[in-house]
Amino acid sequence: MKRLGIDIGSTTLKCAVLDEKDKLVFSRYMRHFSRIDQHLSGMLDDIAERMPGEDMAVSMSGSAGMGLAEQVDIPFVQEVYAERVAVKRLNPETDCVIELGGEDAKILFLSGAFEMRMNGTCAGGTGAFIDQMASLMKIDASEMDALAAHSQKLYTIASRCGVFAKSDIQPLLNQGARKEDVSASIFRAVVNQTIAGLAQGRRIEGSVLYLGGPLTYLSGLRQAFDEVLGTEGLCPENSLYYVAMGAAGTGVGKAVSPKELSARLKSLKHTAAYTSCKRLFESQEEYEAFKKRHMEASKGIRETDAPTGEMYLGVDAGSTTVKAVLCDKDGNLLRPLYAPNNGNPVPIIKQYLSDIYDEFPDIFIGGAASTGYGEEIVKNAFRFDGGIVETVAHYTAARRFKPDVDFILDIGGQDIKCFQIRNGAIDSIYLNEACSSGCGSFLQTFAGAMRFTPEEFARLGLFAKHPVDLGSRCTVFMNSSVKQAQKDGAGVDDIAAGLSISVVKNALYKVIRCSSPDALGKNIVVQGGTFLNDSVLRAFEQETGRNVIRPAYAPIMGAYGAALYAMAHATPGRRSGVIDKKGLEAFTHNVTAITCKGCTNRCSLTVNDFGSGRRFIAGNRCDKPLGKGTYNDKRDLYAYKRQLLSSYMNSEPVRGRRVIGIPMGLNMYELLPFWHKLFDSLGFCVITSPFSTRELYVKGQYTIPSDTACYPAKLMHGHMEYLLDRQPDAIFYPDMSYNIDEGLGVNHFNCPVVAYYPQVLKLNMDRLKGTVFIDDFMSLYDRRQFTRRITQVLTKYFPDLKGAGIKAAVKAAYAEYDSYMEAVRKKGEEYLRWAEANQKPVIVLSGRPYHVDPEVNHGISDVICRLGAVVVTEDSLSRLVAPFRVDVRNQWTYHARLYAAAKYIAGLPPEKNVQLVQLVSFGCGVDAITTDEVRRILEGAGKIYTQIKIDEISNMGAVSIRLRSLLSAASEKLRAV
Amino acid sequence: MDFVDFTKQMKRDYTIIAPDIFPTHMELIEAAFRLYGYKLVVARYEGKQVIDTGLKYLHNDMCYPAICTIGQQIYALTSGDYDPKKCALITFQTGGGCRASNYLMLLRKALKSMGMEYVPVISLSFGRFERYSGFKITLPMLLIAIRALILGDMLLLLKNQTLPYEINKGDTRRLVEKWINELTNQFAHKKGLTGPGMKKNLRAMAKDFHDIPREKKDKTKVGIVGEIYVKYSSFGNNGLEKLLLSQGCEYMVPGVLGFFQYCFANTAVDNKYYGASRLIKLAGRLALDIAGKWENGIDEALRPYPEFVPPVGFEEVRRLSARVIDPGVKMGEGWLLPGETAGLIEKGYTNVICAQPFGCLPNHIVGKGTIRKLREIYPDANIFPVDYDAGASRVNQENRIKLMLAIARERDAV
Repeated sequence: MKRLGIDIGSTTLKCAVLDEKDKLVFSRYMRHFSRIDQHLSGMLDDIAERMPGEDMAVSMSGSAGMGLAEQVDIPFVQEVYAERVAVKRLNPETDCVIELGGEDAKILFLSGAFEMRMNGTCAGGTGAFIDQMASLMKIDASEMDALAAHSQKLYTIASRCGVFAKSDIQPLLNQGARKEDVSASIFRAVVNQTIAGLAQGRRIEGSVLYLGGPLTYLSGLRQAFDEVLGTEGLCPENSLYYVAMGAAGTGVGKAVSPKELSARLKSLKHTAAYTSCKRLFESQEEYEAFKKRHMEASKGIRETDAPTGEMYLGVDAGSTTVKAVLCDKDGNLLRPLYAPNNGNPVPIIKQYLSDIYDEFPDIFIGGAASTGYGEEIVKNAFRFDGGIVETVAHYTAARRFKPDVDFILDIGGQDIKCFQIRNGAIDSIYLNEACSSGCGSFLQTFAGAMRFTPEEFARLGLFAKHPVDLGSRCTVFMNSSVKQAQKDGAGVDDIAAGLSISVVKNALYKVIRCSSPDALGKNIVVQGGTFLNDSVLRAFEQETGRNVIRPAYAPIMGAYGAALYAMAHATPGRRSGVIDKKGLEAFTHNVTAITCKGCTNRCSLTVNDFGSGRRFIAGNRCDKPLGKGTYNDKRDLYAYKRQLLSSYMNSEPVRGRRVIGIPMGLNMYELLPFWHKLFDSLGFCVITSPFSTRELYVKGQYTIPSDTACYPAKLMHGHMEYLLDRQPDAIFYPDMSYNIDEGLGVNHFNCPVVAYYPQVLKLNMDRLKGTVFIDDFMSLYDRRQFTRRITQVLTKYFPDLKGAGIKAAVKAAYAEYDSYMEAVRKKGEEYLRWAEANQKPVIVLSGRPYHVDPEVNHGISDVICRLGAVVVTEDSLSRLVAPFRVDVRNQWTYHARLYAAAKYIAGLPPEKNVQLVQLVSFGCGVDAITTDEVRRILEGAGKIYTQIKIDEISNMGAVSIRLRSLLSAASEKLRAV
Repeated sequence: MDFVDFTKQMKRDYTIIAPDIFPTHMELIEAAFRLYGYKLVVARYEGKQVIDTGLKYLHNDMCYPAICTIGQQIYALTSGDYDPKKCALITFQTGGGCRASNYLMLLRKALKSMGMEYVPVISLSFGRFERYSGFKITLPMLLIAIRALILGDMLLLLKNQTLPYEINKGDTRRLVEKWINELTNQFAHKKGLTGPGMKKNLRAMAKDFHDIPREKKDKTKVGIVGEIYVKYSSFGNNGLEKLLLSQGCEYMVPGVLGFFQYCFANTAVDNKYYGASRLIKLAGRLALDIAGKWENGIDEALRPYPEFVPPVGFEEVRRLSARVIDPGVKMGEGWLLPGETAGLIEKGYTNVICAQPFGCLPNHIVGKGTIRKLREIYPDANIFPVDYDAGASRVNQENRIKLMLAIARERDAV
């Protein structure tokens, strides 16, 4: 009997028929667009036609086949297992299989101890991810493959999940990076994700087999794997059908004719077993009334057909779209533009301007301003008069429609921005963190996946009978939830409505974190392209229980705000400096990518050349490549700390002395002075790893066991590799449950990761076995006990050391630590005084000691300094407050400093411009507690709380918007005082 | 005092709402508390609305057990089943370095944002961080609570080793119910919790379960370890046990007592590493001795019935763990987790699911961090970490578990 294997993956459907001699006699591959029953039964009919009347032993496999197999009474074979069966038969010499699918990634280690790995909850770097990235560049995956072949350089793109990568890629595209380079970088990101996420400490080597759609179709991706793995993998014949063939080959199949099975599929009845939400509209009448109400909101502002008097131009170059508009003195709009940016706003604005000049040759432009991610490039390219930060632009625009607006929510393609207005100034700002998009482009992607336009999709949801309740989670999870709901019988309309509702829930509960609508405000204005979708607007009103204002020009409000800003700053009668018709004709735009060699950061720069000597450089972390040099006003405590720490750092072993290596990460960022002095006093030569770099991370990533740990922890693997290369006599990195006790809280723990990461290194880094690794448990809070313990530990490893010598060294070490901390605090206080004397704003950039690492903070302190503020740290302020009560259990030393710093700021008089910005590493569970508490302390005193989430990504665009908003909000607030 | 006290008056007429952390044990704990005059009820609410409640009042990146258990307690207050003005909440606090020691404060914060700050919240802990005029854990009460847990552990063990093999469907479930009724009844009459009474119960339980007719069939043996909440709670782990049963497995989950023994044992390590109080160390050793004796009660009761695999003794877990990880790792489940994994493997449960909440901090170390080493020691071990989270889809979890089972079956077949 022939055997039929059916493999239903997350996006595709595969069938393979094997004959009695295991020969593949039929195979078929197609995308199923979530309509699995329909497409599968079609495929089965096809098989029945070709091989009529035959019973086959049928088995089913694949992530989407699990439930279905049961329903149609066909044995299910787990897909990784099936794959292995096929590989063993067809390519027995294989050591390792890498398979990428639509949403799955798998590695099978066949030789040696057999292991199978598949991506868990945090999925990324798969076929769907590649498709998503391609659509971001307005190309398809095969075009991307062709482009990647011509790349010149690679950018760093976060590979953890699609949303992260998106926020890396978008700014690159906006800054004009070449698509060739971005394409190749995306492939590289996929490779890194696969290795970091799945290899988990096991090296991929030997004979490697590539399977699955992406690796079959994309030669650039195979090449990227080959390069990183240093091998030449094989993509075999029928690489798409291994799972299907394996399922058939297991021999568990049940005899049935394809025709019969097809009939079973057709007669499947799905019951609506999923949880559903309230309907959006009960009737057409209700919908009409709703539409009418929203039309009313924009009375008084209209769209004109020709310029009247002086006109003002505003451009909002957002992450996925470009918005532009002209307005007259009364705020009436002319020629609003809303267009996808296709990764580069420059040609779109060029076209827009030239159309305007053609249509209205006599137009008098009195001012032009830009905003958004592409603010700088647009301003530079077209000689705009000014630029404003997005949040201010949106507020300026919203005020036109609702002068007493106190809450604005803008959902765009990539971003959710919300802010509260208090006393006429922007107060709390919420932006979506890189991990939880779920905004406009998310709806668009789903619409696309189900083959609808976004407009059709929006209409579909309006009258859905049982909208799917999808909760409020990030995109990656949402994909599987949608699939689950479909399986449970949800119609496309129910899903469309459910997704709209989930976008709203995301904004409300994940981004704003509000527990009741009263916390938002009374006069809410919603804007951004996503709110043109009536389903989303309705869902928002339903969820908050109040009516809101949606301006008719919701998507272009940023541009409108910029135009109003240009108007406010224009001198009547004087023309704007914006490029004129002639200038536009001569306009050229060339982009080159270079690596800055100004310092060790090695930033990837994109140089935009606009002809006639005008250039715009993007991607830089400092002003060096701009030729401005460093300015004297820089006061950055992060840099000062690094400078202090550098004096203890040394990577070259000294001959003739015993060498001890210390990895420069996590708590070592504070304790290095202590350990350095201790070992130095005992006659050791201390070597350290350097400040982290991306390369260092990559070097160690193959031994990371848990890819969802925080980035600072994962960096430790690279630091250890660095030290091991230098062959020290021992590496010292003790486990420390407890930290220094500064008396600020009820206990003085380290977080579990900081406390025990040495254990993870010991258990997962084979290379450490050949070295003395001193990772004993100890604690510094009790000097007497520490002296006892360290004597015990050191004499175990170095029996020649004497108790008295150790005692003296310990004393010196404590003194060194104290003087280091003292120096930091003194300098912090000095900076505060200087800021006050020079009337500079101060940002208390709060995090943990290891956030000082430039690879961890991505140069955020530099960005702040460039914005003209002084940077100090939480630990330089924490002793300025007496211990006080917080609403959480204050039991971690580093985190107690956060509360103390917040308390210090809360106690400052309102005229002092000192703001707190909290750095939060992605995956830091403890910060789920601290962020809310720090916010509470600050907001209780009427101060602004700002949080920046950081990971492998360096999306400085979003960070910069946030910081600029904060500084402008703070200064507006000061003016209001 | 900066929190709402639980007064003597409240003890008389307040209902104390506890989260449903150990499904099999909680009814016994309820009864044990009643014995001392506290009206304890367990918030056995499940479903999406509970999760949504948790998500609404907690930071969404907070660990999943917090979202489930705090969700249950808050949901109970808003369900209409209780008068919030006559309720208190209770939570367990270890005082360790992981986030879980913050549940008490998070509950209070949630109550505050609901405008229910008048609801008292009681912290149940070894450290006694707070004092309440109407609530006090006395030593006898503690001992009795622990005995209740041991009876619960025994019931869980017998249930797990009988259910997959029962010939008459429903026998096991009925017997579990019978025993819960029997024990709560005994407790209400102040019986069954003394030393001899407990021994008698343990023996009778073993006999009763032994008497259930069972089929002789080899099942795939699966061990479950992990974070203490998702490991036990079917609400937290999406019905893991049900899934395993439907796939023809027998599973073993180490008892709750082990976690307490682990806490007691840490006092000696703290003394060694940090010079922590010798008095507490002594108290810890005393507690270990007592717990060890009771633990033996389970072994003795099981001895006549070879079909039951006795639990891995605590000292054995401790010994096995030291081969993997340093006993100084004491946050979350700490060194207990790899110790239990090793113990299960040694008992023949070579397929082990490590159930953990997504992003659980201690599990980066003691869960995923130790698997490589465990595989090195036990090359046949088939260990799979499975993440649980409010957003994780059941399909993914099921798929992972099925992969583990496919490997297990292939090995069994050889």
